[in-house]
Amino acid sequence: MFAELGHYALVLAFVLAAVQAGVGYWGATRGDGRLMSIAPSAALMQLLFIGFAFAVLVRAYVTSDFSLLNVVENSHSAKPLVFKIAGTWGNHEGSMLLWVLILALFGASVAAFGANLPQKLKTLVLSVQGLIAAAFLLFVILTSNPFTRILPAPFEGNDLNPLLQDIGLAIHPPLLYLGYVGCSIAFAFAVAALIDGRIDAAWARWVRPWTLAAWLFLTAGIAMGSYWAYYELGWGGWWFWDPVENASFMPWLAATALLHSALVMEKRDALKIWTILLAILTFSLSLLGTFLVRSGVLTSVHAFASDPTRGVFILALLVFFIGGSLALFALRAPALAPGGIFAPISREGALVLNNMLLTAACATVLVGTLYPLALEALTGRLISVGPPFFNLTFGPLMIPLLLLVPFGPLLAWKRGDVYAAGQRLVFAFGAAILAALAAAALTGARGVLAILGIGLAAWLVAGALTEPAFRAKLFQAPLGDSLRRAYGFPRSVWGTMFAHLGLGVALFGIVASTAWQTETVAAMRPGGESIQVAGRTVVLDSILPRNGPNYSETVARFAVTDAGGRQIFLEPAKRVYAVRGTPTTESDIATIGFSQLYFSVGDILMDGTTTVRIYWKPLVTLIWIGPLFMILGGLLSLSDRRLRVGAPRRTRAAVVPAE
Amino acid sequence: MRKRLALLALAGILLAGSPALAVEPDEVLADPALEARARDLSAELRCMVCQNQSIDDSSAPLAKDLRILLRERISAGDTDEQVMTFLVARYGDFILLRPRFAPYTLVLWLTPVLMLALGAYAAFAVLRRRPRAEAALTEAERQRLDRLLKEDTQ
Repeated sequence: MFAELGHYALVLAFVLAAVQAGVGYWGATRGDGRLMSIAPSAALMQLLFIGFAFAVLVRAYVTSDFSLLNVVENSHSAKPLVFKIAGTWGNHEGSMLLWVLILALFGASVAAFGANLPQKLKTLVLSVQGLIAAAFLLFVILTSNPFTRILPAPFEGNDLNPLLQDIGLAIHPPLLYLGYVGCSIAFAFAVAALIDGRIDAAWARWVRPWTLAAWLFLTAGIAMGSYWAYYELGWGGWWFWDPVENASFMPWLAATALLHSALVMEKRDALKIWTILLAILTFSLSLLGTFLVRSGVLTSVHAFASDPTRGVFILALLVFFIGGSLALFALRAPALAPGGIFAPISREGALVLNNMLLTAACATVLVGTLYPLALEALTGRLISVGPPFFNLTFGPLMIPLLLLVPFGPLLAWKRGDVYAAGQRLVFAFGAAILAALAAAALTGARGVLAILGIGLAAWLVAGALTEPAFRAKLFQAPLGDSLRRAYGFPRSVWGTMFAHLGLGVALFGIVASTAWQTETVAAMRPGGESIQVAGRTVVLDSILPRNGPNYSETVARFAVTDAGGRQIFLEPAKRVYAVRGTPTTESDIATIGFSQLYFSVGDILMDGTTTVRIYWKPLVTLIWIGPLFMILGGLLSLSDRRLRVGAPRRTRAAVVPAE
Repeated sequence: MRKRLALLALAGILLAGSPALAVEPDEVLADPALEARARDLSAELRCMVCQNQSIDDSSAPLAKDLRILLRERISAGDTDEQVMTFLVARYGDFILLRPRFAPYTLVLWLTPVLMLALGAYAAFAVLRRRPRAEAALTEAERQRLDRLLKEDTQ
């Protein structure tokens, strides 16, 4: 009964979305206030109905309602509750429902918090949002209905893929979708501006918080996915340049570029046309990501061709939204007034360079991801484009960008002084040299590139601290004065600092863990001889069987003793999930300082002989601590009065002249 | 993500009764220099039955066979180039994770350079516009902005 109500709610939500799109557009173009006022109500109601449908599906999972095909295929009554709930989006149908739910959530947020928007712009934005929602709701209803019944209902379900039964993967998709779908707001604003034919600095001010929020979720989602892959897949890598990862990384690169170009537009009214294009491209890449992951095209072009219903539907949506918005852009953009003028050496100039490099990097990832598919489809020739390609092309594009990051915030708007900025960065440069020397001394000068990498990371961190330090006149004025000044900074200053600092922190982790990781592969027996790893003694203590709620595992218990005699135990395991019979490798990780010991076991023979792979990964946790800093920076920027969504009165009172 | 995982799991079931580790102790060459070369090369080679994994990372039996084959060639005195040529002749371009620079990969390899050139050209075009108007916002625009901000806060 509930399932049918959920299904019905989806259909109603589709109708509401269509009304929101149609009536909204009609009202906005006619300038009819009463018609326009329908759009926000429709957006809120739509959230209510999709939320209801989603709650129904969650309920079906929690109560193990095996009369629903979707629940049968992806759940099991013995599954822990948290994974029953997470299982709701651990499959195609459920995750598409989550996708439209989040879309509705963003649409409703614009409706609820967009009180400071001009009514016409707001209505047009909601109208575009409604169109996207209607299209994807249609997709769910026609091709991916999660409420399909099965008769007779089986007594038990097939369980969820064991790799997905993990807390990291329970939160990863919602975060990523909040990011992907959040980009739809900037897109809707861009299309609305094109329809409206006018755009100004205020537009950028409205768009930036939404983009920032989407970027925050994307950052968190990607970082979490990376850490999940690191500990769950069992071979210790944290980024594989897998098409699915690239699908989320491309919108992130584009959104990062968009954040920076929207800054230029807001402050200086320049780069307007480019910002609009970037907003369109960012969401297009999100849609492309959805297509790549959801259509099956990644597995092989043939898998896509053999069951094309869903793929073709998403492809059609993709063509409609990307093609439509780009056509609108081509038609309308030339009519938009070009913006302000600036000298090459200026904050704007630096941000243009940032955009150039990020866009080139994004295009490289895009072409690298799609090239094998396109080549196979067009010529039948099979090639692989893997990590070595991306490291060789993406890496060199990032180096100049990272080198230039500290300069950006130190250059003045309009016309900057690169020498003055350079003088201020002398300290950062010194820090970079010191860090490189320290790294060389500590590692016995192994790997010149890695030592330069450490220098670059220190340059980024010290460079990020430079701007606030000079702004507060640290060490120039009495400390109390400096603190008072620092207290008065707009939050966005801290935001910039933490975001750029996070980049450096992550780079420390990337360089150190890549260049100086050690890997030991050994066959060990319980109570047998010990081996040395990173100055620690490792013995295999025992092999023990253990049972979980829906799996059984064989645990290899290792004792690790450091030079000081302190002992810790690590328990990597081989696990078999009862229902699917899938064996998985459960690694175990000990965090020591910022570094980690990573244990993963292979075959465990009857006599207890265990193949084990032990990594020592120096500073590896910094790879994910860096994004935490970026997220902190983003949150601080988002909380800046000048940007806060829905706090218009205070916003106005607190506006300070652009620096 | 889901798709890839499903496939990983599927590959796990089909290919390895119980997934072993990637490089196993019995495969490692005695000579550390040769072994290091073998590791570097195997990171460039695709495990062709896996979803985007190198033979260095994969636990599939095919990856193991390839790792052993690779080490045999290296021990027999082949140069890196000879090993790669041998493997491509046997398994096709698909095995290379870093595609060769060839007519059919021209677009792929030139994208970063072309994009940078395009970006530089666009940036140059923007910067070349002479600074005619001084203020970024004209007075009329500024007033409109103020008005908009005011009216929307009501």
